[in-house]
Amino acid sequence: MNDRPRDADDPMEPAAQQRPGGSPDSGVAPAVVHAPEAAEVAAPAVVVPTDDRRVEHEDPWGSAFRRIMGGNLVMAVLAIITSLVVGGILIAATDERVQETSGYFFARPGDTLAAAWDAVGGAYWALFQGSILNVSRADAGFAQLIKPLTDTLNFATPLIAAGLGVAIAFRVGLFNIGGRGQMLWAAAAAGWVGYSFALPPVLHVLVAIAAGIAAGAIWGGIAGAFKAYTGAHEVIVTIMLNFVALWFITWMLRTPGLLQNPGSNNPISPPMAETAVLPSIFGPPFILHWGFVLSVAAVIFCSWLINRSNIGFQFRAVGYNANAALNAGMDVKRLTVYAMLFAGGFMGLAGAQQVTGAVTTGFTSGIDAGIGFDAITVALLGGSTPWGTFFAGLLFGAFKAGGFRMQAAEGVPIDIILVVQSFIVLFIAAPPLVRAMFGLPQPGRKSRRQLRDEAAIADATKAKGAQS
Amino acid sequence: MTAQQPTTQAPAQAETVELERAVVKHWKAPISYAVLTLVALLLTVVLGRDGSATLRLASSGDLFQLPDAVLPARATGIVIVILLAALTALSFWAAATARRLGVWLPIVFGVLFVVAFLTWAGAGSMIPIAGLLFATVGLSVPLILGAMGGVLSERAGVVNIAIEAQLLGGAFTGAVVASATGSTLVGVVAAMLASVLVSMVLAVFAIRYFVEQVIVGVVLNVLVAGLTNFFYSSVLTDNPALNSPVRLPKIPIPLLESIPLIGPALFKQTIIVYAMYVIVPLIAWGLFKTTWGLRLRAIGEHPMAADTVGIKVNRLRFWNVALAGAVAGLGGAYFTLDSNGSFTREMTAGLGYIALAAVIFGQWHPIKATLAALLFGFASALQQTLGAIGSPVPSEFMLMLPYVITLLAVAGFIGRSRPPAASGKPYVKQ
Repeated sequence: MNDRPRDADDPMEPAAQQRPGGSPDSGVAPAVVHAPEAAEVAAPAVVVPTDDRRVEHEDPWGSAFRRIMGGNLVMAVLAIITSLVVGGILIAATDERVQETSGYFFARPGDTLAAAWDAVGGAYWALFQGSILNVSRADAGFAQLIKPLTDTLNFATPLIAAGLGVAIAFRVGLFNIGGRGQMLWAAAAAGWVGYSFALPPVLHVLVAIAAGIAAGAIWGGIAGAFKAYTGAHEVIVTIMLNFVALWFITWMLRTPGLLQNPGSNNPISPPMAETAVLPSIFGPPFILHWGFVLSVAAVIFCSWLINRSNIGFQFRAVGYNANAALNAGMDVKRLTVYAMLFAGGFMGLAGAQQVTGAVTTGFTSGIDAGIGFDAITVALLGGSTPWGTFFAGLLFGAFKAGGFRMQAAEGVPIDIILVVQSFIVLFIAAPPLVRAMFGLPQPGRKSRRQLRDEAAIADATKAKGAQS
Repeated sequence: MTAQQPTTQAPAQAETVELERAVVKHWKAPISYAVLTLVALLLTVVLGRDGSATLRLASSGDLFQLPDAVLPARATGIVIVILLAALTALSFWAAATARRLGVWLPIVFGVLFVVAFLTWAGAGSMIPIAGLLFATVGLSVPLILGAMGGVLSERAGVVNIAIEAQLLGGAFTGAVVASATGSTLVGVVAAMLASVLVSMVLAVFAIRYFVEQVIVGVVLNVLVAGLTNFFYSSVLTDNPALNSPVRLPKIPIPLLESIPLIGPALFKQTIIVYAMYVIVPLIAWGLFKTTWGLRLRAIGEHPMAADTVGIKVNRLRFWNVALAGAVAGLGGAYFTLDSNGSFTREMTAGLGYIALAAVIFGQWHPIKATLAALLFGFASALQQTLGAIGSPVPSEFMLMLPYVITLLAVAGFIGRSRPPAASGKPYVKQ
């Protein structure tokens, strides 16, 4: 594919220049394809030879426009819009009325289009009402109006924490797919502390969450140790550890005397003690619990850790170039283990939030609810930065909250949310694809205007040469 | 130049000069055998169970009926432990003298260990061996085909985490198309095409856009799971007619099917399984004996070298990843057109990841990966059988086994697993 003639709209070439960090043969693969830092680092390299700079200087607005339109935020927004459009097409295609009316599409195309508009508009309106403002119940009072917004924050809570677990690993050049296993162990540990001890109210829930964080960190650290000391690829290790954790926790949940609820035949744990439940922040009818505050605190801590702390500096150094970090005297192996400990710890927070906040009536082996995998998309959308992860978590939390309403009100299966999320990540990961779709300028490639100007200058000099 | 001169004269001096031999002693294998022998000792002596296990070797259609093997659990266990200890000692001796013993040792050791485990676990009850083997083949087919897809793709230099997506996409499309057209074979072809489509998305993002291949793979798994779930809920549940394909018929091969013990398991299967018997040796032969295979391995190991001799690296990668999808898609069709008969939500249930484990445990070699997949299939068949007769081992531990084995394999405790050198790295033409 790579070896055909390069035409003007071929987005391959700039992609090559965009590829950040880690040379192809360094041991650590640059998992983050679009980290803002990386893009910033890559940007100067793309600002092309002297001739162009002269042309750019003459056209400051054009170049500013190009820089903004080529930026990460615009890419993210375009990726989200495109994915919603793809989701809309799927919703319309599976809608029964659209299928009925498409039978006579060529006779009366208006019917089909109206039906498609109804289906998609209705679904996304339900998505909005389920996640931001419940306009249809505005007359029931302010609380009912904004309840969906708090539901969004509630769904975002574990997504943010788990997203940090993926993001921090990305920054060290590691890919943590082990969220499921780490969350399961965290849930088991936090749950066990939560139902089997009797402690004072606030202390109990904090101890339970601390136990969860520790358990998640240990399971993550094991993966890090495998990577650091045997060279096994962390992706394989974390996938395998996910299943080991899943079956181990399942076994503990169905074995009396371990995690199983006494007197129950189902693989489910006892319910949490009341002292081990995260209380609601605003009280009923809102279900938003204090776990959200913990997630925000985790974002602030992660931000400090990565950007301000000594170890965070070393993390980033290893992530950019592990060989250089090694040459600079950093203990890359130990840093790998530490990074996975932190990553597992954030995952552990998410797992602990699940048992102490979301599902407090006893947990099953499905307590992770796919959040470990959703976290990957959250971290990717967030550009692997803590605050980016926070906002990406809010967005996906909104999708989840709205998705349930969409399913209930419009009969659109909530699985469409998974599809939209995956498309977002695919588009985000390949900016040249999005740029090509929207006809945006590719960075590192001259705009048509530049090409035209240059051609004019070349013609003029040629003409001058011919005259003299 | 001076350094090369001795080698050019070497043939003349070879009679007089004693060449230095590098002696490499590998202790990992004997240590692993010793650990397994200790486990067997623990099971049969310390945790020994009384009674005898009846291994039923015969099934109804056999040419001649084998008698049931009635093995007293404790005595059999002790005999086998002694044999295992002898093999371990042999292995230590071979390691100490840097001799190679060949592949018979792990096979004999493995079979003995499994017999010991079966007599221990089945003490006091009857284990149908023919049924166990039949289930093993049945559970292994998608694993083997998925693993072949993984081997082809990774040998060409594209990491294939998306085996799960290929299997699931194939299973869904196979079911829907076979139901809609009424032709099962069309369904099989459609399943392969759907899987090729998934592969092509992987290839385009990995080869053209240089996106981290693991990320594309994981996202594709989520995407295909989301898409199939969405269509299942929004279309298939309302139109059950679209999810009731005619299953492939079992084609017994005359005479071969009545071989005792292995006949029904191997030769009373559907066309997908027979296709698998052809595909696996074909891939093994093709990879190592043909130009195509040499080029495939070259672009996976050292793409730049391949490029300098005129191989179109990225084009070849693209089409081989697509081919890998076709093979995995056949495995996907097996779910809905052979074993199950209809599509259910996320019916591959992580088997794509076990196939990935088989690729790694099988050291990216088609035959070894097939054996690994058979081992994993046997483990889960054993778990089902033991679950039916009431096993002393929790079924979850049996389910965990493939993953633990893979962890030990990637960590270097069992065998040596080294991926193709350029696997996962996009090739940028200089």
